[in-house]
Amino acid sequence: MKDSREKWEESTLDKALSRFPERKEEFKSGSGLEVERLYTPLDIDGLNYNEDLGFPGQFPYTRGVQPTMYRGRLWTMRMYAGFATAEESNKRYKYLVEQGSTGLSVAFDLPTQIGYDSDHSLSQGEVGKVGVAIDSLKDMELLFDGIPLDKVSTSMTINAPAAVLLAMYIAVAEKQGVSEEKLRGTIQNDILKEYIARGTYIFPTEPSMRLITNIFEYCSKNVPKWNTISISGYHIREAGSTAAQEVGFTIADGIAYVDAAIKAGLDVDSFAPRLSFFFNAHNDLLEEVAKYRAARRLWARIMKERYNAKNPKSMMLKFHTQTGGSTLTAQQPENNIVRVAIQTLAAVLGGTQSLHTNSKDEALALPSEKSVRTALRTQQIVAHESGVTDTIDPLAGSYFVEAKTDEIEKKAMEYIEKIDEIGGAPKAIDMGYIQKEIMDAAYRYQKSIESGEQIVVGMNKFQSEEEPVKDLLKVDPKVGEMQVEKINQLKVERNNDEVESKLKALRNACESDENVMPYIIDAVKEYATLGEICGVMREVFGEYEQAVML
Amino acid sequence: MDRPIRVLVAKPGLDGHDRGAKVIARALRDAGMEVIYTGLRQTPEQIVASAIQEDVDVVALSILSGAHNHLFPKVVELLKAEGAEDILIIGGGVIPEDDIPELKKAGIEEVFTPGTPTTTTIEFIKNNLKK
Repeated sequence: MKDSREKWEESTLDKALSRFPERKEEFKSGSGLEVERLYTPLDIDGLNYNEDLGFPGQFPYTRGVQPTMYRGRLWTMRMYAGFATAEESNKRYKYLVEQGSTGLSVAFDLPTQIGYDSDHSLSQGEVGKVGVAIDSLKDMELLFDGIPLDKVSTSMTINAPAAVLLAMYIAVAEKQGVSEEKLRGTIQNDILKEYIARGTYIFPTEPSMRLITNIFEYCSKNVPKWNTISISGYHIREAGSTAAQEVGFTIADGIAYVDAAIKAGLDVDSFAPRLSFFFNAHNDLLEEVAKYRAARRLWARIMKERYNAKNPKSMMLKFHTQTGGSTLTAQQPENNIVRVAIQTLAAVLGGTQSLHTNSKDEALALPSEKSVRTALRTQQIVAHESGVTDTIDPLAGSYFVEAKTDEIEKKAMEYIEKIDEIGGAPKAIDMGYIQKEIMDAAYRYQKSIESGEQIVVGMNKFQSEEEPVKDLLKVDPKVGEMQVEKINQLKVERNNDEVESKLKALRNACESDENVMPYIIDAVKEYATLGEICGVMREVFGEYEQAVML
Repeated sequence: MDRPIRVLVAKPGLDGHDRGAKVIARALRDAGMEVIYTGLRQTPEQIVASAIQEDVDVVALSILSGAHNHLFPKVVELLKAEGAEDILIIGGGVIPEDDIPELKKAGIEEVFTPGTPTTTTIEFIKNNLKK
């Protein structure tokens, strides 16, 4: 093989190159890894099929976590949605379900994500903007009105106050007559990536990690079907990381959660099956496919070798994917439909368990009903028309994809080892190491766009004159006032003595090392507001202060 | 001017996506400017206080959450109240075309939406300084 390759280079390739030089001196992947001219069996020389790939549904799960993958069941088509009030968002959820969406995914507004009620001074101008405003159980009841919680699975993008929103979800279910052991869904609950990339933190690292392990413990006993965390590389990638960094930093965060839970006295197999992941899908199709396969294999090996997990479910990396928001352009927004289609293929060929596809207008505003429908249809076309769902892991054995899978696994492992050396992800974050690595990659990427090395169609090449886009979704500026009115009314109607006593009990639990979940559930049932509950925790735990760096 | 241009890059409001702010901060620095970055979750009052204290020539605001119509004009007003009308104020982020004329009327000199090359922003600052 080696000989014949050399012969090809001398006899055929050299001649062609001297007559027709290649387009570029160097070819690089979307996230900056070198791409060779040609991949052959020589590039996957060390690959052992049984150890490195195995069969679907078997360790190390490179080829997928289920034995039949999409032949058995398609991924969950879960469109991320939420804006304005609970009533408005409830309408959008019903619309999406009607259009064939198979799971709900709730976007909360920034005040909710940071634990402020709509009437807080910092909430001004933000209420209902990037998601729905939830101030109390009242809003949550409206949000899921007419949606049977034993029939749908719900994902909630909520992190710092995840315990409070989960408590509200449990309380709504109880009112619908659905017991908590029947609930299916996910709370994102990944605080480490908030410090790294997304910025909606509240508390310092230590109490944040405690809240997370409290949720693990509570759910392993009471809400057994619930995914208690979605360890998120999505935002790490959006902040500008490479594909290998996305895998490396996300898995390093995963390791930190496993360590924290074990330190809190939990058995690894009691919580690890309920850990899930969340990745991004960018445009470099094959690199992205390799990324998902590498992540699956790496996590399986870590859970088995580092943590001695026994339950196969503890070793399976299950993940949700969202197409890459930062890859969308404000210029020629129709082109975004094509980008999203390529990214959808990447997620599906990479074996995702659920998928959100972005809408074409998201570089401009929240998606309109029409653009969100096209985004959902994109998934349905890939699912039902493209044929790629009929066989499992169809790109396995591609010299290129296997070589890339190896390369990304190796590069990600180097980051994990570096973070281990520093003393774990929370320390590496406090030091700013991870943020700095991502920032450097983001700046390199920006430069490659400005130099023209990276072409973005419609933006730095093939530009055209355009009319501004019409029919963008606008959130009613009155939403803030409406929410404030609702809170005022709530505070008149509820039993304020009961609220006070539940908040006092919660404070005591926060000050001790008791699990806080039952106390939060008690408080939300009395209609204590999100701001009141987070306020108690702010007083006990303090607030995180970001290290500002460039 | 005998000293480098001083720029305050600021993130008003609650949104935590600061990739754009950080990229622009670095590009301005590479272009020879002195850059101060406020970090996340700054109120208009805090931003104005930093701008005065650091004696900056430019305030560059970045926002993606949709709260720009509320927060950008507030920064302009507060700077005016401080008598700092010689500071150039620019903004960037996910901002719909429709909103831009109003923001300009309110005193934001230019608004840069996604996809703007950093060189465009750098040139704009150099050509429009007020101090």
